[in-house]
Amino acid sequence: MPVSPEVLMALQQRWPGLPTSEFRGESRLVVPRAALFEILTALQRDFGFDLLIDITCVDYLYYRGASDRFGLVYLLANSATNERLTLRVLLNEPDLVVPSATPLWEGANWLEREVWDMFGIRFDGHPDLRRILMPEEFTAHPLRKDYPLQGRGERHNFPVLARREA
Amino acid sequence: MPLTAANTGREPHDPEQDYLWTLNFGPQHPATHTTLRLVLKLDGERVVDARPEIGYLHSGFEKLGEHLDYNQYVAVTDRMNYISPMANNVAWHLAVERLAGIEVPPRCAYIRVIIAELARISDHLLCTGAMGLDVGAFTFFLYAFYQREKIYDIFETLSGARFTTSYTRVGGLMHDMTPVTIDQIRQFVQDFPRTLDDMERLLDRNRIFHDRTKGVGVLTREEAINRSVSGPVARASGVPRDLRKDEPYLAYRDFDFRVCCATAGDCFARYYVRMAEMRESLSLVRQAVENLPAGPVNVGIGERLALPPKQDVYQTIEGTISHFELVMLNRGLQVPCEELYTATEAPNGELGFYLVGDGRHVAYRARCRPPSLINFALFPHLICGHTLSDVVAVLGSLNIIAAELDR
Repeated sequence: MPVSPEVLMALQQRWPGLPTSEFRGESRLVVPRAALFEILTALQRDFGFDLLIDITCVDYLYYRGASDRFGLVYLLANSATNERLTLRVLLNEPDLVVPSATPLWEGANWLEREVWDMFGIRFDGHPDLRRILMPEEFTAHPLRKDYPLQGRGERHNFPVLARREA
Repeated sequence: MPLTAANTGREPHDPEQDYLWTLNFGPQHPATHTTLRLVLKLDGERVVDARPEIGYLHSGFEKLGEHLDYNQYVAVTDRMNYISPMANNVAWHLAVERLAGIEVPPRCAYIRVIIAELARISDHLLCTGAMGLDVGAFTFFLYAFYQREKIYDIFETLSGARFTTSYTRVGGLMHDMTPVTIDQIRQFVQDFPRTLDDMERLLDRNRIFHDRTKGVGVLTREEAINRSVSGPVARASGVPRDLRKDEPYLAYRDFDFRVCCATAGDCFARYYVRMAEMRESLSLVRQAVENLPAGPVNVGIGERLALPPKQDVYQTIEGTISHFELVMLNRGLQVPCEELYTATEAPNGELGFYLVGDGRHVAYRARCRPPSLINFALFPHLICGHTLSDVVAVLGSLNIIAAELDR
C-alpha cells in the first residue's frame, strides 16, 4: 500500500528536497546519508513505520544511466496501516560507511551483516559486523557486479586440514 | 570514518566464565534438521549464550538470479524453501509479473492460490511434525508425514515433480490443472480434516508436550515487531499481520478466511497457530477448487509474454512468432528499468523479492527476503535462560530451512 499523501507532505516539510517517486503503488524516497539515521528514527518514532522489512543493496556498476555505485535499500512498513515505504541511500567508493540501524531495530543485525558480507558496505555502530554467509577468510564481496559468477578460484584454494591438525 | 564497536557487555572469552561448557550443536545433527550450527554456552544444563553460525548451504542464489532469466530462475526458487517450493514459485513470478505489469488470468490466480495453500499445509505439517518428533511425539510425526505424501502426490500429478516443481511461468503456469488433479485435491480436502483432528487429539492436551513447549522461547509482541518477524511466528506473538488479508494479492480477495493469532508467543502458541492455519488453508483450497473459473491459464498470445502452447507454435503463425520473440536472447520479456519489492505470505512468513529490472530478460538484481533468516536471528534471544533440551523445541517451532536461510 502506498504511503498516504499526508505522511509524504510531513516528510517533505521536515526534510525539504527529498526526491520522492512512486512505481506501481510503492512510495520511494532517496535519502542523503548524513540524514539517514535521523530519518529512520523519525519514521519509526513519529510516523509509525515500526517494521523493518529488509535491508538490501544494489550495485549499479553496469546499470545504464546510473550515476552512483551502490544503492542501499531500506524497506519499511507500518504494521497498523500497512503502508510501505522504500528508502534508498546512494553510496560511492571509497566511502562505504553508513550508520547502523541496530539501535532502532534489533532485526537489522543480520540483515546488515549480510549487506556487509555481500557488498562490503560497513555499518557504523553495528555490534557484531562479521561475515554471515561467506567464510571469515573470504576476501571479496561476491554480490558486487565486478565479482565473476564462477568466483575467483576460492573453492580450489581452500586450506586442507588433516584430521590430526583439526 | 572509523568504526566504533558498540558495547555488547559480553566478551566472547570472558575469563570469569571459565566454568561454562561450550557445546557445538550441528552442523550435522539430526535435530537441526538442516545444516546450521549453534555454539552454545552452558551453565550446567542451562543455556547462557548461543551463537548461531550459518552459511553452510550458501549457494549464491541471488548471484544466479542475475544470470538466469525470469523463467529459468524459478527452478532455483524451488531450492530455497524446499519444504514448500510451490509457495516460492508463486512468490517469484508474482514479483516478476508485478514488475513487468502483467495481469494473470483469473484461472491462473485461483490455481496459484490452491498450490500456495497446499504448500502452506505441507510446510506446517513438516514444522509441527518435526517439532513433535523433537520433543518426543513420534506418532504425531508419522501422521503429519503421511499427509505430506498426499500433497506431494498432488504436486507430482500437477507438475511432474514432487519437490522441484517449477510450476509457474511468467504470465501463467507450466500447464493447466487436469480433472485428475482436481479429483485428487477434492479427495485430500475431504480426508485431511480427520487426520488433523487426530493430530490435535494427540498433542493439544498432551501433558508432556505442554510441559516441553509452554512458556518456552517467549517472544513478546513488541520484540516481534522490533525484530522484523513475520508469518506464524509473529502471529503467535499477537501481531495480526497476514499479507493475504492486508495486501490481498492473486485471488485472496475473493475468499473467506480468518487470520489465526495467539498472544502467548511461546513454542506452544507457534504450534497452535500453525495447526489453526492448516484448517484455514484447507478451507481456502476448498473454496478455490469449487469456484475455479474456466478460461485460459496463460496470458494471450497477442501479448507475447507467456510461451504459447506447442500446438499453436507448430500450427499458427502467431504462435511461432510469439515463441520466437520470447526465446531469442535479444528479445524476450520487456521489463521496465525500475525497482520493485513484492511480498507474499509464504508459510514461514513474508517472502518477498526485490527486483531491479534493466530492460533485459534477466533481472539486474534479484534479492530474496528470506523469512527463515529473520526468524533464526531471533534464536539466541529466545533460548537464553532455557535448558539444553529446549533448544530443539525452540528450533522446531521456528521452522528454520537452511537452504532458504543461506540461499
